[in-house]
Amino acid sequence: MSQIVLFTLITLSAVGALAALILYVVAQKFKVYEDPRIDQVEEILPAANCGGCGFAGCRNFAEALVKADDFGSLYCPVGGNDCMEQAASILGKEAVAVEPTVAVVRCAGSCDKRPVQNKYDGAKSCSIASATYQGETGCQYGCLGLGECVDACTFDAIHMNPETGLPEVVDDKCTACGACVEACPNDIIELRKKAKKDRKIYVSCVNKDKGAVAKKACEVACIGCKKCQKICPFDAITVENFLAYIDPEKCKLCRKCVLECPTSAIQEINFPPRKEKKAPAETATNAEKKDNNSSEPEKKEESC
Amino acid sequence: MLKTFAKGGVHPAENKLSAKSAIEVLPLPKKVVIPIAQHIGAPAKPLVKKGDEVKVGQVIAESGGFVSANIHSSVSGKVTKVDNVIDSSGYPRMSVLIDVDGDEWLETIDRSDNLVTDISMSAEDIVKRVMESGIVGLGGATFPSHVKLSVPKGKTVEVLVLNGVECEPYLTSDDRLMLEKAEEMIVGVRILMKALNVSRAIIGIENNKPESIKSVTKVASRYTGIEVAPLKVKYPQGGEKQLLKAAIKREVPSGALPLDVGAVVHNVGTAFAVYEAVQKNKPLFERVVTVTGKKLSKPSNFMVRVGTPVNQLIDAAGGLPENTGKVINGGPMMGKALNSLDVAVTKGTSGLVIMDDTESVRRAESNCIKCAKCVDVCPMGLEPHLLSKLAKKQIHDKLETERVMDCMECGSCSFECPASIPLLDYIRLGKNRVGQIMRARK
Amino acid sequence: MNLLKIAPSPHVFGKKSTKSLMSGVILALLPAWAASVYYFGWGAIVISLAAVASCMVFEYLIQRYLMKQEPTLTDGSAALTGLLLAFNLPSNLPIWMVVLGSLVAIGVAKMSFGGLGNNPFNPALVGRVFLLISFPVQMTSWPLPTGFTTSGADVVTGATPLAIMKEGLKGGETVSAMMDKIPSHMELFYGHMGGSMGEIAALLLIIGGIYMIARKIITWHIPVILLGTIAAFTGILHAVNPEAYAGPLFHLLTGGVMLGAIYMATDYVTSPMSKKGMAIFAIGIGVITVVIRVFGAYPEGISFAILIMNAFVPLINQYIKPKRFGEEVKHG
Repeated sequence: MSQIVLFTLITLSAVGALAALILYVVAQKFKVYEDPRIDQVEEILPAANCGGCGFAGCRNFAEALVKADDFGSLYCPVGGNDCMEQAASILGKEAVAVEPTVAVVRCAGSCDKRPVQNKYDGAKSCSIASATYQGETGCQYGCLGLGECVDACTFDAIHMNPETGLPEVVDDKCTACGACVEACPNDIIELRKKAKKDRKIYVSCVNKDKGAVAKKACEVACIGCKKCQKICPFDAITVENFLAYIDPEKCKLCRKCVLECPTSAIQEINFPPRKEKKAPAETATNAEKKDNNSSEPEKKEESC
Repeated sequence: MLKTFAKGGVHPAENKLSAKSAIEVLPLPKKVVIPIAQHIGAPAKPLVKKGDEVKVGQVIAESGGFVSANIHSSVSGKVTKVDNVIDSSGYPRMSVLIDVDGDEWLETIDRSDNLVTDISMSAEDIVKRVMESGIVGLGGATFPSHVKLSVPKGKTVEVLVLNGVECEPYLTSDDRLMLEKAEEMIVGVRILMKALNVSRAIIGIENNKPESIKSVTKVASRYTGIEVAPLKVKYPQGGEKQLLKAAIKREVPSGALPLDVGAVVHNVGTAFAVYEAVQKNKPLFERVVTVTGKKLSKPSNFMVRVGTPVNQLIDAAGGLPENTGKVINGGPMMGKALNSLDVAVTKGTSGLVIMDDTESVRRAESNCIKCAKCVDVCPMGLEPHLLSKLAKKQIHDKLETERVMDCMECGSCSFECPASIPLLDYIRLGKNRVGQIMRARK
Repeated sequence: MNLLKIAPSPHVFGKKSTKSLMSGVILALLPAWAASVYYFGWGAIVISLAAVASCMVFEYLIQRYLMKQEPTLTDGSAALTGLLLAFNLPSNLPIWMVVLGSLVAIGVAKMSFGGLGNNPFNPALVGRVFLLISFPVQMTSWPLPTGFTTSGADVVTGATPLAIMKEGLKGGETVSAMMDKIPSHMELFYGHMGGSMGEIAALLLIIGGIYMIARKIITWHIPVILLGTIAAFTGILHAVNPEAYAGPLFHLLTGGVMLGAIYMATDYVTSPMSKKGMAIFAIGIGVITVVIRVFGAYPEGISFAILIMNAFVPLINQYIKPKRFGEEVKHG
């Protein structure tokens, strides 16, 4: 009896030892050297694997950081400057500070402003819709409203507003990874410099049609009248292809252009309410409405 | 046993409602909108400007390259604008707008009805005339015809195959043309044979057009080398590769042209246009358009000038029925829904199908049950379920190796899918993106 | 005027839907179900009702409260799973076991993978195999076909022809001696034998199969190749030693081969998508079935064979591609 036990013990121990030996040899032979700093850097990255850095995931980005001579264009928009500085200190390199940005939807063509002419009945994808025709409205540049940007966002930072049929960015959650910018077939979404208190002034339109055509398609379209360009004291506004663009680097958020715009295509967001001056009544109320739009949904006569 | 292609295919309800309506000439429109890009390839360059007087048949936009085609005025009158107007692509594109004034034709055009059967032109001259006349494939693809007639060195054409299949449901324009203009069409076939220097031509016609088969066979029997091949009804037999497989049992390899298996395919409508261009010196500015739909009071076939607004055709066919959901430019399987009724008829408009609100509904999508019906019906032997998933996930390298570029967008997979998954929508998207990637690589 | 609808092509669609396909299969199963009611009486009705109802209830509850999505009961897939599960059970099984089997089939084998279309294994078979392993006694005491004359606890149970054959061969008897102890081939064909509810009536199962092929619900590939493989394999064995191995006809008509080949192996979700893949899948099932039956411990092996081959389906789909157009270049 004890012999059997002994025999069993010996055999099992021998098998175990042999297996351990094989495992050890194989592990040594096929060992892949990895810089331990990759793990360290990966640790401090946000682990969102959003691809905002241009790499497939955070680990790939960490590898690239370790390999790179200097950080140059390598930047994690989600982690921001803090994260990059930490990485730099681990790797003994210099971090390049980048001004934080936030995604901005440059279309205000809600259904009451932009009359619907057709009904889309295809697959729920902006890319497919845009390859099929110009969109449900007369504007071929604006938001198609099928929410491909929402699907692309890994941070739950962009949502369709059912009242307007347009996507809205939640500034606090947006990490400026650029996934929505990439996803939008009409290039409506732009990453713009983040100002204090999330204040923004931008042309909420990307319509390149002539003024009359644009205006016919959408009440709040930029008609390329150049009034804003003339009034801007900082030379921040350019008009090209009947479309104004405010350079976020030059803009000082003075809000002069907002009042000047005849179609209310320029939006001011998160500013305190203006004092009632000689501003046209419509624009003022519009601006007010925009102020509260993050807190409460706008009231619309008809929903889409 | 009737011939057909072997792999895949579906049987949509035929609904050839307008098959008994003879071709009527539509009255001249008051205004026409003639897009300068009515064909595959480079858009034409406009030659006229606002205020110019034009005559019927005058070139108003000239071919923008080898793969391109001239655009001729379909009416006489005054050019009011050259501007972006929404066309059948769904986007505004450059077009020439003309106010119609009378009906003055260029004098060089033979307007008589005499049948001219003797072919006096040489092969080169025929190709040149086809090019000058702006003839494109009239089956719907609108590929410039002279390109297909210019055989590159080192390639030989053994057989010309004429596409009279008209496998799209509803459409009857080719059917009526073959029935009413068989004589002219056969002369066109002979012209094409001369241009290609072939002694054999096969006219493929699906078996649901017995009268056309009879009339074409009767005329064709007078000439040697022209055969009529009745084919079993199956969609998409009108696809070039499927037709060749059905008619001459040859498979065009992936990425190759019919030319690579010694064949050239032309539509029967194109053959008729070639007859008119070569024998009558009449450029392509009008075509037969089927206007049909279950609720339409008078489904018809019209001879229409290019540039005529679509709503005028619908009015002539009894007016737009109530509760119209969709107006399709082309057949219901491959045609494109129009977003406006002001869109003009172009060279590629083979028909307008008017669908009512209930007929044009897409069912709600549900889970893929992996029934493989899409694989069974794919005429190209692809796996639509896989391609659509890859396209959705944007895995473009795998899409390419799974041969997404072989897809001809026939729609059989979406048609058949029991879970109503919009397979083709995503495949088309993937195909576009892979195409861009491949072009960028070159 | 209405707004014009815009959509990419195609604009017309076929009549087939998930619902019509599922109900087609259920319809094809009804004759065989009627036969099992005829042979097994009330037990068959009770078991099938319990299985179908519990499958549907479980699917509804899971979709509604666990997965928080719109329940898709109306597509008929849960009902079909229930019916197929019932077909695979003896007609005197306690109801609570049937319900447990349904829970495993729907809850574990189907919904935990994401619901319809995502399950790698055939849910009904997973349910059946779970019960077979958990309750081997109850799952293998099949009632003999006595119709409505007896019910409940009075049911006379006995072994299936396959089990009788297996035991006999193990005991050293010859095939020809055993053949006298089991019903004749003709009786087997009509279904007059002990066994699971739905597997007995070969004739009616074949009729249902022909109906499904005619309506293009399934293609002929899997059932024909599977049955052909079993016939060929057992035929060879039989030819080598007729006294040690039963003939192909016996193997085709007994056990769950017909049910498995026509209704279980052809399950869309868990079978390959290309014709070549289907052939490999069917041959695999056929070979494994015969190996289990002839050389294995269980008298019947088609459930295991199908589940084993189910596991290979993703691999088959990955590597076996349909024949592409244009590969056959002919110059005529």
